[in-house]
Amino acid sequence: MSDIADRVKKIVVEHLGVDGEKVVEGASFIDDLGADSLDTVELVMAFEEEFGVEIPDTAAETILTVGDAVKFLEANK
Amino acid sequence: MFSLEGKNALVTGATGGIGEAIARALHAQGATVSLSGTRAEKLEALASDLGERAFVTPANLSDRDAVDALLPAAEEKMGSVDILVNNAGITRDNIFMRMKDEEWDQVLEVNLSSGFRLCRAAIKGMMKRRSGRIIGITSVVGVTGNPGQANYAAAKAGMIGMYKSVAREVASRNITVNTIAPGFIETAMTDALNDKQKDSILTSVPAGRLGTSHEIASAALYLASDEAAYVTGQTIHVNGGMAMI
Ligand SMILES: NC(=O)c1ccc[n+]([C@@H]2O[C@H](COP(=O)([O-])OP(=O)(O)OC[C@H]3O[C@@H](n4cnc5c(N)ncnc54)[C@H](OP(=O)(O)O)[C@@H]3O)[C@@H](O)[C@H]2O)c1
Repeated sequence: MSDIADRVKKIVVEHLGVDGEKVVEGASFIDDLGADSLDTVELVMAFEEEFGVEIPDTAAETILTVGDAVKFLEANK
Repeated sequence: MFSLEGKNALVTGATGGIGEAIARALHAQGATVSLSGTRAEKLEALASDLGERAFVTPANLSDRDAVDALLPAAEEKMGSVDILVNNAGITRDNIFMRMKDEEWDQVLEVNLSSGFRLCRAAIKGMMKRRSGRIIGITSVVGVTGNPGQANYAAAKAGMIGMYKSVAREVASRNITVNTIAPGFIETAMTDALNDKQKDSILTSVPAGRLGTSHEIASAALYLASDEAAYVTGQTIHVNGGMAMI
């Protein structure tokens, strides 16, 4: 896993209190990791803070899985 | 009880009767306050009267850019906004059939839409900190209606619906979102009424008098405090019994 993927995973584990093993690329925050819609907003805020980027609402709406987040952050680092 | 030591509060409409009383009450309990309104000198005078822990962040709430700049300005002065009090409000009364589009739009913009934008901006930091208080000053007429105030009543009722919805969204993050509905309170807004109007109002108030700004500020202080942590999505009616809801 890339450094970005590791950091994303760490945030997801901490924030959602889920088992690290479940935080795989294809895992959907809501369907697989038990997040509610407010959690997804908070995850985006946490990514913004960790990576020092701004994630506009239009992009945030397309970040549905762990892989989506990693892809966005890799493209916008 | 009711200590606000270490808390930062933004109060809109702080140049008005009720807003000044709220700012004074929060400040007296130890909060740092950021005072907003359009009359900058009046805000400066209040800030210097309060002494330390008081800042001034003027903004015209009918100007969307100014609204969007207000929360960041207050955060910059105080470090955070832990308590947001949306108190600014205007009336543009007219009987419904004569009500102008501008009268409707202005009242909705200042009384409802600016509050929406300020709440949205404030909640971000509150979610991160896992605590916050949002307090809106609505009105008894938002619940009962009032002839000549269709625009004002719509905005005030709109606040209640908006606050309840937001309260449900953020309750799990220890953010409470409540409104206070004053009845008739002695301020510049009610000074505009003539004696005959005042007398007729008082016949509908069991307490037999107008309320004071301080009585509204006391409710705001309660809602802002840690003691009110389990109160959310509510409207506290402070009206001398004129409407029992
Ligand atoms: N008094 C009552 O009986 C009563 C009853 C029910 C509800 N309320 C509500 O209580 C709140 C406070 O009312 P009040 O009695 O204290 O009235 P007020 O003395 O007339 O104060 C109104 C406040 O709103 C601010 N404001 C108005 N338009 C603004 C704008 N475009 N941008 C920024 N600020 C603006 C004013 O600031 P500037 O003057 O500096 O522009 C002023 O500080 C209002 O929401 C009102 O609807 C009052």
